[in-house]
Order: sequence, then C-alpha cells, then structure tokens
Amino acid sequence: MPAKSVKEGSNLKKKITATEAAKLVKSGSSIMIGGFLKCGSPVKTIDALTEYKTGGLTLIANDTSYPEHDRGKLISNKQIRKAIVTHIGTNPETGKQLHDGELEVELVPMGTLVERIRAGGAGLGGILTPTGIGTVVAKDKQIISIDGKDYLLEKPLTADFAIIYGTKVDKFGNVYLEGSTRNFNTVMATAAKTVIVEAEEFLEDSLNPNTITIPGIFIDYIVI
Amino acid sequence: MELSKEQIREIIAKRVAKELHEGDYVTLGIGLPTEAANYIPSSVHVMIQSENGMIGVGPTPRPGEENERITNAGGLPVTTVPGAVFFDTAMSFTMIRGGHVNTTVLGALQVDEEGNIANWMVPGAFVPGMGGAMDLLVGAKKVIVAMEHLAKNKIKIMKKCTLPLTAAHEVDLIITERCVLEVTPDGLLLKEINPLFSLEDITSTVEADLIIPEDMLAQAA
Repeated sequence: MPAKSVKEGSNLKKKITATEAAKLVKSGSSIMIGGFLKCGSPVKTIDALTEYKTGGLTLIANDTSYPEHDRGKLISNKQIRKAIVTHIGTNPETGKQLHDGELEVELVPMGTLVERIRAGGAGLGGILTPTGIGTVVAKDKQIISIDGKDYLLEKPLTADFAIIYGTKVDKFGNVYLEGSTRNFNTVMATAAKTVIVEAEEFLEDSLNPNTITIPGIFIDYIVI
Repeated sequence: MELSKEQIREIIAKRVAKELHEGDYVTLGIGLPTEAANYIPSSVHVMIQSENGMIGVGPTPRPGEENERITNAGGLPVTTVPGAVFFDTAMSFTMIRGGHVNTTVLGALQVDEEGNIANWMVPGAFVPGMGGAMDLLVGAKKVIVAMEHLAKNKIKIMKKCTLPLTAAHEVDLIITERCVLEVTPDGLLLKEINPLFSLEDITSTVEADLIIPEDMLAQAA
C-alpha cells in the first residue's frame, strides 16, 4: 500500500538567494554568524552582505576570522560597529579599528558566549558560570554564591538575525553539519528573530531524521 | 646553559607528554602545548579534545588530503583517529567547563605561588582575546602550564601575578625547560630540576619562594 501523502505547507522553508538574504539585513542590526575561523561559515551570504555594504552592524561570533575571509571581510569593509567575540587575534584589521576607536569589541570567554546564546534561544534568564571569577571578565557583573561556590551571572544573548552554515539542508529547513563545522551554528539557529541557513547542498527531498543536527523548526530562510 | 628556542620547546613538550596518561582526554593550547602530542608514546592512548568541536584529533593530513570541514582550534586541517567524534561549541564547553576533560596544557605569561595564571592580556598592548582559555582553566581536572622559564630574561614565576589574571587558583603543575613545579597549598614545590641546570639556576630566576626537598638541597650543597 502506498504511504499516505503528507500535506506539505508552511513548514517548507523559503528558498532565497544570498543577495536576497543580504537585503533582509537592515543597517544597525545585530547578527550572529556561525563559524570557527574559516571552518563552517556561511561564506556566500557574507559576501553578499559585503557587496551591500550594510553598516552599523553588531556582530556576534566566535571570532573575526581573517581580513580576507568570511566574517573578517565585514570588518575590513567597516560594516561592524560592535563585535561580541571570543578572539580577534587572527584579524589585525579588528585590532586596528579597535585602536582607532572605529569599532567596539566585547571579548567573552568561549564557553560563556555559547551558553549566553543558548540561554537566549532556550528562554532562560541567564547562566551562572565560574569562568571569569577573579578576572576582569567579572567587572560590573553580579556574583551569586550557590552552595558556597561563586558564579558570575551572565545574561542571555539574542540577535535580529542569525546567518549560519549547513552542509546539507532539506526543504523543511533541517540541517546536517559535517565534521567540525557545527561550532556555533547550532546554538545561533535558536537565538535570533530571523534565521538564515546557507546550504552548501540543498535537498528537495528530506534528510534522514536520524542524521539531523539542527531541526528545521528554528530556520526561516534557506540560501541556495 | 644556553639552549636554542627549538631545544627549549622540545624539552618542555617531551616533559609535558609524560603527564598524559592512558585513557586521558586532553585539551592542548595552541603552540608549544600542542607540540607535546608529538611525544606521547604510541603505547599510551590519549584522546585529544579540540575546543572547536572534536575529540580524537589525529595527525596533520598529508598535502592534498586536507578536509576543510575538519580543523583544530587553530583553524588548521587535522585528521581523526578511531573513536573520534564531532560536536558543537555548547557540547565542547560542557566537557571543558563541566570537568570531563582530564588535563589541559596551556602556555602562560606569568604564574604565581597561589596557582594564579596570566596568559591573555598585557595592559596597553593588543589583546587578542581569551578564546576558550578561561573555561579550560576553570574546568579541567588538571591544569598544566607549559612555558619557557624566562621571557627574554624576564621572570615569569612570581609571588603574585602582576598581569591581569586568566584564572585564579587553577594551576596544578608548571613545566619549564629548567624545572617542574607543583602548586601546593603551601606554595610551589620543586619537583624536578633539568640536569642541565643547577638549583641556583632555578632559584635565581623565579620570584616565588620555592619549597625545595631535602635531597635536592643536599645534592646542590
């Protein structure tokens, strides 16, 4: 007996081009961009954003990559007003603009950044972490003692947009990520008003439910 | 005793390798700590956790065999060993901060008697960022600092760090080309001296007061 056909409707995600994705991003927006250095970045969409020269952006990412690569291009192009990142050491242009007062940088420990984003996506009011106690990271932050141990209260982080990478994306927006490309892409998908996934490979079919890294519920647009 | 940079790094990396034990999950910092992996004997099975999202980091791939989707925390292509696994940053730092990684090895600008460590910023200089270092220091069961004994003849083993801390009271062991020091509640215990150096070579190049075992004092006398 043939399987009952399932009605597919609004749970199919909208397919757009990188240029259309770039047009969605208004100047002054906050954007989370996935990737760890050059690994697992939505490069086509970033390139389109670079061409559009959308400015005054707040970038939330692991790092500012390299001046000529992915997120780093947005820095080189002076489109970023503020960067909330864990590391800027691979991009001398970030350091230069910070020094010249053109760019604000908030450095966050990696484990704290990812949990702040996770909290933002998961509807939590913040996280308590021991990381940063006794360091400048604790400055102006509330310290809460739980069973005799001190923790920093770190607040949730959300954004207007998340632009993430997908190795394979199906028409339902389900994402499979290969190798070490997962990094921040998974949590960022949960924490922005509009989530755009750039598909390295797009499937008109559906992915095997057992192999999905990011459920399509979090996705709004697929860049193909 | 004048050693070249390469000799210094090799001595430290080889000594660090001895601290990595069968079955350990280990996270190595970029640079010198990563070199320790080259000296782990093949009979000792250690799984290397890379903070960007994998356990089971293998050797550098041969030219032409790189996979841009498999990199280490320095962004360089790596291979996988049997038993390897990939995960996202949240899972990676659940392992790191949650105390599931046995040992981490990191470099340092300064360490002190209380196990404090400064390795991420020099006021007034360009600050690259802490990356995952603060979480690694707080979370790993054992923290090993692997560093050159002196920085251009400047003392790095202090009574109290003068640079901004990366973490407070987290260091367990300090390995330099001259000596091995254990952080104890009473201060820094001198565990080993590299035979190429004298006791005086150690004590004159640290600011901290060292706890020196009787036999080392007797040998030096």
